[in-house]
Amino acid sequence: MRRVIIVDYLFVLPVKQLSGSFFVGTQYHKSKLPAKQQDRRMAKDMYEEAIAGLKKLLSAKGELEAVAVTKIRQLTAELEESSGKVFDPVERIRTGFDHFKKEKYEKNPALYEKLAKGQSPKFLVFACSDSRVCPSHILNFQPGEAFIVRNIANMVPPYDQKKYSGGGAAIEYAVLYLKVENIVVIGHSCCGGIKGLMSIPDDGTTQSDFIEEWVNICKTAKAKVKAECNNLDFTEQCTLLEKEAVNVSLGNLLTYPFVREAVGKKTLSLKGGHYDFLKGSFELWNLDFSLSPSLSA
Amino acid sequence: MSGKLRKCMMLCCPAKGEMPNEIYEEAIAGLNKLLSEKGGLEVAAAEKIKQLTAELGGAAGKGFDPIERIRTGFEIFKKEKYEKDSDLYEKLKTGQSPKFLVFACSDSRVCPSHILNFQPGEAFMVRNIANMVPPYDPSKYSGVGAAIEYAVLHLKVENILVIGHSCCGGIKGLMSIPDDGATQSDFIEDWVKIGKAAKAKVQAERGDLDFNAQCAHLEKEAVNISLGNLLTYQFVRQAVVNKTLSLKGGHYDFVKGSFELWNLDYNLSPSSMV
Repeated sequence: MRRVIIVDYLFVLPVKQLSGSFFVGTQYHKSKLPAKQQDRRMAKDMYEEAIAGLKKLLSAKGELEAVAVTKIRQLTAELEESSGKVFDPVERIRTGFDHFKKEKYEKNPALYEKLAKGQSPKFLVFACSDSRVCPSHILNFQPGEAFIVRNIANMVPPYDQKKYSGGGAAIEYAVLYLKVENIVVIGHSCCGGIKGLMSIPDDGTTQSDFIEEWVNICKTAKAKVKAECNNLDFTEQCTLLEKEAVNVSLGNLLTYPFVREAVGKKTLSLKGGHYDFLKGSFELWNLDFSLSPSLSA
Repeated sequence: MSGKLRKCMMLCCPAKGEMPNEIYEEAIAGLNKLLSEKGGLEVAAAEKIKQLTAELGGAAGKGFDPIERIRTGFEIFKKEKYEKDSDLYEKLKTGQSPKFLVFACSDSRVCPSHILNFQPGEAFMVRNIANMVPPYDPSKYSGVGAAIEYAVLHLKVENILVIGHSCCGGIKGLMSIPDDGATQSDFIEDWVKIGKAAKAKVQAERGDLDFNAQCAHLEKEAVNISLGNLLTYQFVRQAVVNKTLSLKGGHYDFVKGSFELWNLDYNLSPSSMV
């Protein structure tokens, strides 16, 4: 296991054991870069050795030189192309955190000192895992503002301790411990999970290990869209389903007794939303929930 | 259960109607009429009006309007990002191809879009209590399984990053489950028990430390359990062996302002003929 601390340019690579595999590491400061320099020197030596080998071959067999030239040019082009494409995830994570630390963490010490003591978000948000719809972007949520659950197709499963402890745990924590005042479920355009749900054949056969089983949480929304809007084409049906599925999730929230109670006491409100990134629009609606007063006969 | 859906507020519509001034005048006239008809109520009325004014002032001072907050948030996004970077958003309309699948905690302080500056399109994200990856189990854990399956098989992400963090409430919850396993919550403890092997390790190796120090260790060890659990998904294992996918652990400490990152190296030794 390699371990790197991305702060103050200190890299720590401790020896660690995980799952039966051994990982060896060292510790050094980036400013000195001894290991990297050493690596570079070694690489250079290896390269020179390889070139010397090729030269030796060519001096013994001169007729190979033309082929060698073609091959070297080809290999140079290949290397150039691959170095242009190269994506370094560790570097991406480092620069991302550096940017956050300099531009946000250090510029707003009052906020981050407050957050170090605790959180009291006003919102619990369910959003899709899709890389294009993060609520921190689309609703400009700042650290501390929203407790966020993200899963395929932003679904809230019904109360079920055996099947859905993940969603249940987040709702329980947010409502009972953090006492959030709003739960917002946000669907979005071009949702792959919703397309998956729409595509499950009527006989219910599935082809995936998990995906179809998960999105079936909102199968009643699919039935509704199919019954009411069967004249529309597939894409239009999916768009409707993106919103109807949010409504099923809002209904599922009410299967949690602590949600029902808080909504009844008006300390919690439930909202649905839909972000359309094709049009650049955001739609928001409320779930109004009331129990009619019981009558004694 | 009578749930009634009121679909109403497109954010482009004007939100606030005009103050119904006449209704207010009418109400005051009604009160005045009562007071003139029944003398001796003025003092009580004054008291009540003062109380009401204070209440209204207090509510206006707190003045958090969630709908307004959502509207302004989206407007800022639209003006400052969506409309300014049309190249990016045009490209994203045609599809996504994120390099990362990220597991992060639901905690409001640790959104990866903030702490790693992920831009739209860069990271497919799962957020749950204590950033846990459960083991492969279609009957119990279809939610997380679906996200991994979609990200690895359909989006072909190259990296899965599991990020723990300081002061994690879910980890404290796990650490606090009594040894007899008795639970007090409907869901929370059952969920965080995914990391119970990490808890056993911390208790065995760091039993001398105080509760908070043990929790800090558990935040990282639980990430390692999650990395191990990723390997129970055969499509993850295969992609890791093929070197098209790499697994990374991370820990964000918002008290110190630091981020720690490590790799999971996973190798099958080559089999040999005997």
